[in-house]
Amino acid sequence: MISLSLALVVWAAGWALNARLANGPLSNTRLGRIAVPAIFGLTVLVMWELIVRGLNVPQVILPAPSAIGSAFGANLTVLWADFVQTILKGGLSGYVMGCGAALCIAVLVDRFDFLRRGLLPVGSFMAALPIVGTAPILVMWYGFGWQSKAAVVVLMVFFPMLVNTVAGLRDTSAMQRDLMRTYGAGYWQTLWKLRLPAALPFIFNGLKISTTLALIGAIVAEFFGSPTVGLGFRISTSVGQLALDVVWAAILVAALAGSAFYGVVTLAERGLTFWHPSQRAQ
Amino acid sequence: MRERVLPVLVVVLAIVTLWYVACLPMNIREVLTEAERAGAVVTPSTAIERRDAGAIGLVLSNTDHLAQSWSQERAKLPAPHQVAIEIWDSTIGEEVYGRRGIVQSGSFSNRSLVYHTGITLWATVLGFVIGTGLGVLLAVGIVHSRTMDTSVMPWAIVSQTIPIVALAPMIIVVLYSVGVQGMFPKAVISAYLSFFPVVVGMVKGLRSPDAMQLDLLRTYSASPTEALFKLRLPASVPYLFASLKIGIAASLVGAIVGELPVQKGGLGARMLAGSYYGQTSQIWAALFAAATLAAVLVFAISAMERRTLRRMGVAG
Repeated sequence: MISLSLALVVWAAGWALNARLANGPLSNTRLGRIAVPAIFGLTVLVMWELIVRGLNVPQVILPAPSAIGSAFGANLTVLWADFVQTILKGGLSGYVMGCGAALCIAVLVDRFDFLRRGLLPVGSFMAALPIVGTAPILVMWYGFGWQSKAAVVVLMVFFPMLVNTVAGLRDTSAMQRDLMRTYGAGYWQTLWKLRLPAALPFIFNGLKISTTLALIGAIVAEFFGSPTVGLGFRISTSVGQLALDVVWAAILVAALAGSAFYGVVTLAERGLTFWHPSQRAQ
Repeated sequence: MRERVLPVLVVVLAIVTLWYVACLPMNIREVLTEAERAGAVVTPSTAIERRDAGAIGLVLSNTDHLAQSWSQERAKLPAPHQVAIEIWDSTIGEEVYGRRGIVQSGSFSNRSLVYHTGITLWATVLGFVIGTGLGVLLAVGIVHSRTMDTSVMPWAIVSQTIPIVALAPMIIVVLYSVGVQGMFPKAVISAYLSFFPVVVGMVKGLRSPDAMQLDLLRTYSASPTEALFKLRLPASVPYLFASLKIGIAASLVGAIVGELPVQKGGLGARMLAGSYYGQTSQIWAALFAAATLAAVLVFAISAMERRTLRRMGVAG
């Protein structure tokens, strides 16, 4: 009972602190923008811990954050192997292949109008489909190893990336293209010097969408068959053993990897599209 | 019309042709094994030699046996017409002519795709409604409370980068252990996946009225509630529909993934069963059913969007 009321007190205190910070003079500074969500996250974690302890919630339903933390620490080597298998081998290689292929096809599609009018509707239709469903088929074709996961990721990221890049390549004005023509630039020079740079914001939009899709594809494909390593494997077997603290630790790894992956792409975007209004405003 | 339809038709035709061609190297080994058992002469005559040979080389040196590539019973890659037949058999065939079908028994057969699609559809729609409702509520809160905005919004954005489906097996098992089962656990996953796109889209939409419009309402001495219902909510409708389309597709993925751990029907269960028993055409049929379902759901929302926007006078 004590920890329950303590949880309420913590919630009220955290919220009051945040209300003062958010509506006070600090709110527009860099510090305030980081501190407020951090305090909120911390409050939720402390409440979670207190409620789980106060109500004696069984470990198999919801483990406390401290239990998850210790499971994370205790399984560090196992989780690292899972990370390498799922994120680096399955996710990242598929991401690079899928996005690379989509970029090349996008240039082709952009070059030939017939292809654009034919492939683009099919592509945007495919982008809305539940492509994870191909996972059982690809696992059957390429075996349980990381190759089948990479194949699922390739399919998942390909269409969003294609649609975004094609939209980006069409984003130059007639004036800009005419200017290139007055310089006597050929198709490839125009592509390389004008249209690809102009398409970068769209390309990065596609790349960002694809980071999450890549991780989803790599993890879900492991539910259909995997070697005895990998985040999806860890999650599904640990659920079977009711070792929910390990499951949460694996989810923590996936979350950290997902945020880091997204962060890296965002940093690259900031570096390469520094000229774009959306970046200059910051 | 012809300008738009013709290229799409050509591309679709090219895909189908490519599919038929791909069946040759994909299925050639099983085809040759079967032909050898039936007594025919195949070019590398032993299975060991064939194992080391490349698939395309096998196709080129055994042109007599290629026709069987498109009629294998458990093909590695079933041909399009085999998938079409499987879809027909497991929908119309099962329901109209089958003993357990709706015509003869009065209820959908549990071996038919219609039944499984229905299960997935209801889980998707229930989850979508819950997720959208909560998402809109949270977005209204975020727009009206600066505290909520600065504390919750960054987390909502970060959570977009996290592969949330990883939670699916756990949610199913945990809810099962507290006695909740059936459609609801799947709907929870669907709701979770459709929740964040709606929050992010709605916050953008509710903030879309510019300062001039908000000032006008202030001169009318409108309360925040009135401003919400008369200005912010109508202004957010186009944004809402854009995120609804993303949300419903995400919901469907959530429902399918949610059906994997529990074999109690649904398209996801059907796919997993097909992959366990090597029934490839069953997986493909389930995949096409899922694709059709996704297309119908997105189309329904687009139709709703068009009608609503036209009624509101936003789009011509």
